[in-house]
Amino acid sequence: MRHLVILGAGTAGTMIANKLRHRLDRIEWSITVVDRDDEHHYQPGYLFLPFGGYSRKQVVRSRHAFLPAGVDFVVGMIDRVVADENVVLLEDGRRLPYDQLVIATGTTPRPDQTPGMLGTEWRRSIFDFYTLEGAEALAGALTRFDSGRLVVHITEMPIKCPVAPLEFTFLVEAWLRERGIRDRVELVYVTPLDGAFTKPVASAQLGGMLEERKVHVETDFLVERIDTERKVLVSYDEREVPFDLLVTIPLNMGADFVARSGLGDELNYVPVDKHTQLSPEFKNIFAIGDASDIPASKAGSVAHFSVEIFVDNFLEHIAGRPMTGAFDGHANCFVEAGDDKALLIDFNYDTEPLTGKYPFPVVGPMDLLKATRVNHLGKLAFRWIYWNVLLPGRPVPLPALMSMTGKHVPEPEPDQQEA
Amino acid sequence: MSTTTIDGHEIHVDDEGFMTQYDEWSEDLGTVLAAQIGIEMSEEHWNAIRFLRRDFPENGETATLRRVATVGGIPTKQLFVLFPKKPATKMAYIAGLPKPRGCV
Repeated sequence: MRHLVILGAGTAGTMIANKLRHRLDRIEWSITVVDRDDEHHYQPGYLFLPFGGYSRKQVVRSRHAFLPAGVDFVVGMIDRVVADENVVLLEDGRRLPYDQLVIATGTTPRPDQTPGMLGTEWRRSIFDFYTLEGAEALAGALTRFDSGRLVVHITEMPIKCPVAPLEFTFLVEAWLRERGIRDRVELVYVTPLDGAFTKPVASAQLGGMLEERKVHVETDFLVERIDTERKVLVSYDEREVPFDLLVTIPLNMGADFVARSGLGDELNYVPVDKHTQLSPEFKNIFAIGDASDIPASKAGSVAHFSVEIFVDNFLEHIAGRPMTGAFDGHANCFVEAGDDKALLIDFNYDTEPLTGKYPFPVVGPMDLLKATRVNHLGKLAFRWIYWNVLLPGRPVPLPALMSMTGKHVPEPEPDQQEA
Repeated sequence: MSTTTIDGHEIHVDDEGFMTQYDEWSEDLGTVLAAQIGIEMSEEHWNAIRFLRRDFPENGETATLRRVATVGGIPTKQLFVLFPKKPATKMAYIAGLPKPRGCV
């Protein structure tokens, strides 16, 4: 019998276990999934927690409930992968030998990596919302906040769900307006990028939305430390941004066992081929989802689309055939804009987010890069789809590879046909 | 994508002026590119640029500031002194490498 070991039972790991259990012969292949706990979090839900939308119960389920019969679920801390011996060692001494290994342990906010962040002001005036505890603590802080400087801050790219800091900013601005205290609050958006977002068309659109909402944007700001006594962010080039309430997105890093195993880059992400997600060094190690170093968004939609391509590739790979599928970096993200509206962006390695309609031309029903109510309803509906369709590995009627259908191309070449 | 002539060399550049052909670059060209953005190259500047040039063929991506600091051994603080305000972008420009992707 051959062994497939999947490290991580998040979006990617759970989907892979479900899809491959149906496709791999049960006598020929065992599947083992490892995670440190049995709590699966619907992470997009964190965004709404600080504003009293969603409760803990709506965003947390048990991991094992989403794994099919015929998959062994092991709860334990991973010590390291010994790639030369094809074995995973757990901290409690258990050994899991594998024929094929999938690393899907994601990325985690690491406030310990910025001096001053985890100090005396952590969860007093400094908050994160990328953890359940952080989002809940921030909800409490926001109810007590009625005036001053509210600073939304990104430590360093890449981060998971790169649009979430913008969404939080739009939502908090609308929330302050609803409470009638917007004019008593100075809103500042601090980013290491040179604009609101990474890609030109979306950056201009989203930057314009920040401007309309009178949010001051501080660009090219790379934080060196937080001075907790004076409550200021200090950058490497010695600029300062003072705050009364700081909502920060700490440095994101892959799992520490990746570094201990010698499989990671400087942020513990596993280098893989960006189309097949196979390690160039070890031909039986794949990294899927946020854990890999592919130049795509660290987002659930990328994990989802890449799993669709990965599963067919994997079956070819173990049959000794070349992998014929090529993932294109496809991401599809709702961007909450406040006031019950949202934008939708759809892009990949080569095509930046554009305006247009999705998934069908003209009729949509979703608009790309434009704030609408339908998009907002789509975002809310997605939580149900996530638990009931996506994680169990049921087919989602959206193409895994990005399509140009319905998209408006800014300046088409003269000989290019409009899609 | 278009071509431009710098210091008598015809080179391929993108819309923002970043060189697109790894092999069209030379240190002489780097010196000219640096001067265009107000940087006079010292040995310390070259250390950083040479690291980026060595790293690119291995990784297929322009090194991030974190990578230059942790793998290349040049502290981030110093990179901001050498290439003020936008060190990652400026280093890529001088090294004739693609503008660092903002990591979408």
